[in-house]
Parts: sequence; structure tokens; C-alpha cells
Amino acid sequence: MKLPVSIAVNGSATSSEVEPRLLLVHYLRDVLGLTGTNVGCDTSQCGSCTVLIDGEAVKSCTVLAVQADGSDITTIEGLAQDGELHPIQQAFWDNHGLQCGFCTPGMILTATEILKKNPRADEHEVRHGLEGNICRCTGYENIVKSIVAAQSAKPAKKRASKKGAA
Amino acid sequence: MRGDPAGMRVLQPRTIEEALDAFARRPSAVPLAGGTDFMVAWNAGGENGRVILDLSAITSWKRVRVSGRGLRIGALTTHWQLQHEASVKKHLPLLAEACATIGGRQIQTRGTLGGNIANASPAGDTFPPLAVYDAKVRLRSASGRRTLPFIEVFEGVKKTSLGAGELIESIDVDAPRKPTRQLFRKVGTRAASAISKTVAAGLLWTRPDGAIRELRFALGSMAPTVKRLRAVEAFVAGKKPTGEVVEEAAALLEEDVSPIDDFRSTRFYRLEVSRNLLRAFLK
Repeated sequence: MKLPVSIAVNGSATSSEVEPRLLLVHYLRDVLGLTGTNVGCDTSQCGSCTVLIDGEAVKSCTVLAVQADGSDITTIEGLAQDGELHPIQQAFWDNHGLQCGFCTPGMILTATEILKKNPRADEHEVRHGLEGNICRCTGYENIVKSIVAAQSAKPAKKRASKKGAA
Repeated sequence: MRGDPAGMRVLQPRTIEEALDAFARRPSAVPLAGGTDFMVAWNAGGENGRVILDLSAITSWKRVRVSGRGLRIGALTTHWQLQHEASVKKHLPLLAEACATIGGRQIQTRGTLGGNIANASPAGDTFPPLAVYDAKVRLRSASGRRTLPFIEVFEGVKKTSLGAGELIESIDVDAPRKPTRQLFRKVGTRAASAISKTVAAGLLWTRPDGAIRELRFALGSMAPTVKRLRAVEAFVAGKKPTGEVVEEAAALLEEDVSPIDDFRSTRFYRLEVSRNLLRAFLK
């Protein structure tokens, strides 16, 4: 028996009839075709399937699509605006924050939430915030560097735009 | 996804009353809160054929209410909420601390206190704090409410004393008077996302002369269910924590726990480290 779901994804309303067993990550990947969200471990350990539900980082491999009914979801596809990378995406690019790239969408979504909750997060807080995300390539060094760099980039950008407005 | 595709039905009650009615009609259903443990088992094919009672819509159970000295924590309040909620940090700091050690942030944003309790893992990290705070668990079914002392919810590994059709509605805790010392300590293999080898919570009140007025100490992962160290607590009451008293207390620890050798740790290590935590806390 299929159940109806209505979920806003990256600002666009989506709705579908889904099997109750459908995991949120498969709703995103297979129903909506948003394949940026990866499935790594299927056991909620690795964090590569991380998306934001109503602004909170969650592992979409262990949430049913029907549990997300009525919520607002952000995936990696929703971060870049008007062809411009999100500051965290840009920082990963600039600081070589990825190698194979499989964990990167989850890392970036988690980083988005870390910096939103604590815009002044230091290296220690960033590392603590990434406890639920595993990377087998980088040794984390450049990932942490990227996120710390992204937060210092943000206020600079704001100042620039304020000047522009004045 | 390795769960059997055909074998899952999800009930989606919109209100508390609908949830209680649905659970009364299908008492074998699994109430699903954050699903951080259950969904892993389901993905692995371990829970095929189960009917799921999805509690996502019960928003009134996702809040902490403060009245006088008491906190009423809705069963669906998440570990993330609890570690940031001002009233919890102020009155129940050991609970806030415990919630911050459970998995990474993506688990904390989904996992709930009621779900943690109903799941009844021997290694539930919120349990020692709730045990020393003398929490009460309010249960609700289609036929009414009842309240159980927290410790009495657990009957064994993954077994609770919840009756057919009963849901956990809230966890009620009175803020204790300010302790002289308090402790939360989780011992695992790694700093992050580890399951406990032993997990301890303690509250201690001393008298002006240095003697112990009251000790409350609880251990998790040391028995099928969370344990208050009643023998130790009774022994130290009224005594000054001299070296001799502390050693005798440490020797009494085994009266209340029965740790095992398993893939996470050994009985020997669990006892040794738990005794050391108790010693350090009393001195």
C-alpha cells in the first residue's frame, strides 16, 4: 500500500506516492534523481548520506521517506546559488578538501549545519561536529582546514556586500 | 536496502489519540521515533514483517516543560535538544552531558529520549543519569496512564515492562538539590561514536564535616539493565571517605552489577575501570 508524501527539497515542493519501506535517501536519489547524496554504509555510521531536514543534519539512509513528510530538505544540489558555489563548497575546492569525493556531500552538509549553529567554530569544534562523518582518503586534515577557511570567508563576503550596498 | 521490501507496513497516526488507538489494535507494532537503532536493524533485514507505528506527527511530545522544580521531558525530545535546552543544562547537567556523547550530531538530531528508553539497550548512555536523578516514566495507553520509577522500566536486555499498547509519554524528573560533586563518564574504545564499555553517573552530597550525606551512583553496560549501586550507596552514607572506606566501597561494587565478556570489553576491565571511577569520585 503506497502512502503519499509531500517534501520540499532544495526549496521546491515535491510529492509522490511511495512504498512505506522507501528510505529517504532512495526517495532523493531514485524518485527525484538527486544522486549527489551517497549511500556509503547503510548502517548510519559513515555519514555520506547526510542531508538537512528542517535545518538539522540527519543520516538519510536510516529515515523513511514517509517520516520526512511535510519537512524541508536540503541536499548538496541545493547549496550553490545562481551558478556560484556555496562558500563551503568553494573552500573545499580551494583547500583540496576532497580526494575521491564520495564522503564530500555529507561532509559539506554537516559543515553547513556546524557553521550555522556556531559561526565561530574553531578547529576543535569542527572536528567534534564531524564525528558522524567518515572519510577514508584525506585523513580529515584538509576537510577541517576547508571548513575553518569557509567560516572566515563568510564575514569577509558580507562586509564586501555591505560596502557595495552603501 | 537489505530489508524485505514486501515486509513493512507503516501506520501514520496524526494525533496522540490516533496513535494510542492504532497501538491498542496492533500491540505487536513497533513504535518508531528517531529510528537510529531500529532502522539499522531493518536495513540489515532483521525486522522484516514488522508493522511500524510512526510517531513523527506527535509534536506535543517533542518538548521539555518546566513546572516548579520539575521537568517533564516529552518522550520524543531529541538528544540534540536535550544537550542544548537551558532547563536541562541547569537542572540535569548529567543528562545533557550524556546526550552529547551519543553517536555523532546526525544521530543526536534524530534519536529521542523515549526511544532510547524503549529500546532498552544495556548500554543506553542516558540511563545512569536518569537513574541517579530518580526519574519517573509516564506511560500512556488507550485505557489510561501510569507512572513507573525509571529503573523499573527495564526487565532485561532489550526488554521493558511496558504493557501491550503502552507508549512512553514523558520522562518526569525533579531537579535535585545542588550536589557537592557530580559525575558523568562514558568509557569506550574511541572518543567519538563509541558504544560504552562502562558508563557512570554520580551525585554526591557531603556534610560540613566532610562526611558523605548521600551518594547516588549508577552504572550502565555492567549488567543486562542499568544499575544503581545500592550496596555502595548505603555503605558510604554518613561516613568520611577515608582510604579504607573508599576501598571497601569499591569492593562492594560487584554486589550490584554483573558485567560480561563480550566483543566490546571484558568483565575484568569493566569492573576495574568502574571501581576506579567510583574511587576517584568519592575521594
